[in-house]
Amino acid sequence: MSSISHSDGGFVDSHGHDDHDHHPHGWRRWVYATNHKDIGTLYLLFAFTMLMFGGVLALLIRAELFQPGLQIVNPELFNQLTTMHGLIMVFGAIMPAFVGFANWMIPLQIGASDMAFARMNNFSFWLMIPAAVMLSSTFFMPGGAPAAGWTLYAPLTMQMGPSMDVAIFALHILGASSIMGSINIIVTILNMRAPDMPLMKMPMFVWTWLITAFLLIAVMPVLAGVITMTLTDRHFGTTFFNPAAGGDPVMFQHIFWFFGHPEVYIMILPAFGIVSQIIPAFARKKLFGYSSMVYATASIAILSFIVWAHHMYTTGMPVTGQLFFMYATMLISVPTGVKVFNWVATMWKGSMTFETPMLFAVGFIFVFTMGGFTGLILSMAPIDLQLQDGYYVVAHFHYVLVAGSLFAMFAGAYYWLPKWSGVMYNEARGKLHFWWTLIAFNITFFPMHFLGLAGMPRRYADYPMQFADFNAIASVGAFFFGFAQVYFFFFIVLPCMLGKGEKAAQQPWEGAEGLEWEVPSPAPHHTYETPPKLNAEATKVIG
Amino acid sequence: MQTNFQLMRKLLMVSLGMFAFGYMLVPLYEAFCEWTGSNVLSLSERESKNSMNGRAGMPLNTQVDTSRTISVEFDTNVRGPWNFAPMTRSLNVHPGELVTVMFEFQNIQNRTMSAQAIPSYAPQQAASYFNKVECFCFNQYTLAPGEKKLWPVTFYINPKMSKDVKTITLSYTFFEVGSSV
Repeated sequence: MSSISHSDGGFVDSHGHDDHDHHPHGWRRWVYATNHKDIGTLYLLFAFTMLMFGGVLALLIRAELFQPGLQIVNPELFNQLTTMHGLIMVFGAIMPAFVGFANWMIPLQIGASDMAFARMNNFSFWLMIPAAVMLSSTFFMPGGAPAAGWTLYAPLTMQMGPSMDVAIFALHILGASSIMGSINIIVTILNMRAPDMPLMKMPMFVWTWLITAFLLIAVMPVLAGVITMTLTDRHFGTTFFNPAAGGDPVMFQHIFWFFGHPEVYIMILPAFGIVSQIIPAFARKKLFGYSSMVYATASIAILSFIVWAHHMYTTGMPVTGQLFFMYATMLISVPTGVKVFNWVATMWKGSMTFETPMLFAVGFIFVFTMGGFTGLILSMAPIDLQLQDGYYVVAHFHYVLVAGSLFAMFAGAYYWLPKWSGVMYNEARGKLHFWWTLIAFNITFFPMHFLGLAGMPRRYADYPMQFADFNAIASVGAFFFGFAQVYFFFFIVLPCMLGKGEKAAQQPWEGAEGLEWEVPSPAPHHTYETPPKLNAEATKVIG
Repeated sequence: MQTNFQLMRKLLMVSLGMFAFGYMLVPLYEAFCEWTGSNVLSLSERESKNSMNGRAGMPLNTQVDTSRTISVEFDTNVRGPWNFAPMTRSLNVHPGELVTVMFEFQNIQNRTMSAQAIPSYAPQQAASYFNKVECFCFNQYTLAPGEKKLWPVTFYINPKMSKDVKTITLSYTFFEVGSSV
């Protein structure tokens, strides 16, 4: 079978890509959408909208912190802003955006005609809209939006107004949506691959999403459980977390972080997948250590279940517990290091070119690794006792979530935009967007390391004079960063969506491999309606 | 190969199972804390937990150095018209152990008196390691004619004290305050 040579270039599309419009038009196309590409687009647009909303909240925070004293918002509103910024970015922007990528790319990359459960897919997306509306509407409720931090720690959540109940309900819905999405992804990957694609030849993005989806169905229900406990504590007389009646608020933190730590890997593993696709394409080499990449991803996922209490060193845990969680956390840097070294080894002696996707992917490795190192520093219990709940932590998780997940998503967006829209984005604008984003990001978040080391605590609307300079720099950088993303949408994505620009080839990247490049650009509405026959590497269709 | 629906059913069971597991973490957490004793935050709670397990109902003190025993002798100097004597003449204690002893005092005059005790130690080097938590020598007392008092001294010996010291003598002398003795 592997001896059949494929015919490059002269390939004729013969296995059922269908661009005939079998779908409803107008609003019905989107509301009744069952096509994975349409739903993927919806997810991505929704996530970008939420990114903008969460970004506006972040800019309000930065505007208030521009100088010491209270100028723009009062402390109550400030707490609501930090809480809602966190909730919206995590549950409204990053997670749905990755699901959008999964919807678009997984069926294309494994040669499947669509997701396994197309109607459930539609339902998972449209559940997010009411949830997002509910979550956002809490700002207009009596007492304002939830202000207990995105971690919703008890017993503070016991004292919040009705908006907390609404937020909990919205999180339930978002959780249900993402569990359905994950089940859909797992079934699609396990059951609907082209027959010639064994698991160990799947593209890395598919692998990382398979593992992420398993993490999601394992921990989203735990989050649902713990916020249900909060809800019943608030209204139905249970006392899980109320110390006055024998409950234990520290237990909330344990259960929350049992969800919360795998959650941070849920937000980064698909990013690893995207980067693992882009680096080989622009280094024009095979991914170095494919199987070690797969095993490293799986190890990260498994280890993520035994490190949760490193978020809680200051809760009065016994030293033995601190040591266990400290060493377990440090252990995670081993598989993560394997990944970083594999990316670097892939680039080593490659014929690299630096188109925008590659710039973002290399930028990702650079900045994400910095976030990884600060994470290693924070994993040490004695240091964490000093830095806990300070700006060093804020800098750390923005380095891994913004420069990690978001940069990888930009990389993926530039990489696949020609396939999605059929139009090549403007390369000069893409490069401008990259440098603008990278520089603004570092202006915003790098000074926060110094603020944290100097002792500035997070989640306060005001600060003493000595923190003024770095805060001013960070605030300027944040606005700079925000405008870069507006530019990205209006000057790069929108022209592509409107079909303005140079027409993209089926295979716009010289070194890219994979089944998504075996279909025309833009990808027809229906692809791989019959399972394709693949070459031995499962990267090309052979008829 | 399982059909899509079979697989979906299994995955749904997994997520329902994990929802239940989230709730199961509550008793698991309590059991774990009970087992390791890591969530016992007050001494009284620890005491009751120990006695429940059939162990001695004494407060657990991890700082007692049981490898050493020090003999503490109590001495009183009577310098005036009063009776003053320790209830216990001598005692063996471990460094770090919290001990209470009683002293008896009686004003045998037919007038009201004010007095305060001053402690002294032999050997002198033991003085800074002999920590009194409670002592009648901290205060002045006014006693009616014939009045009798029982006074406690609660102390522990700092385990950092030199190993050469095997015996400590604690001596109290009473002085009348504000009188013309």
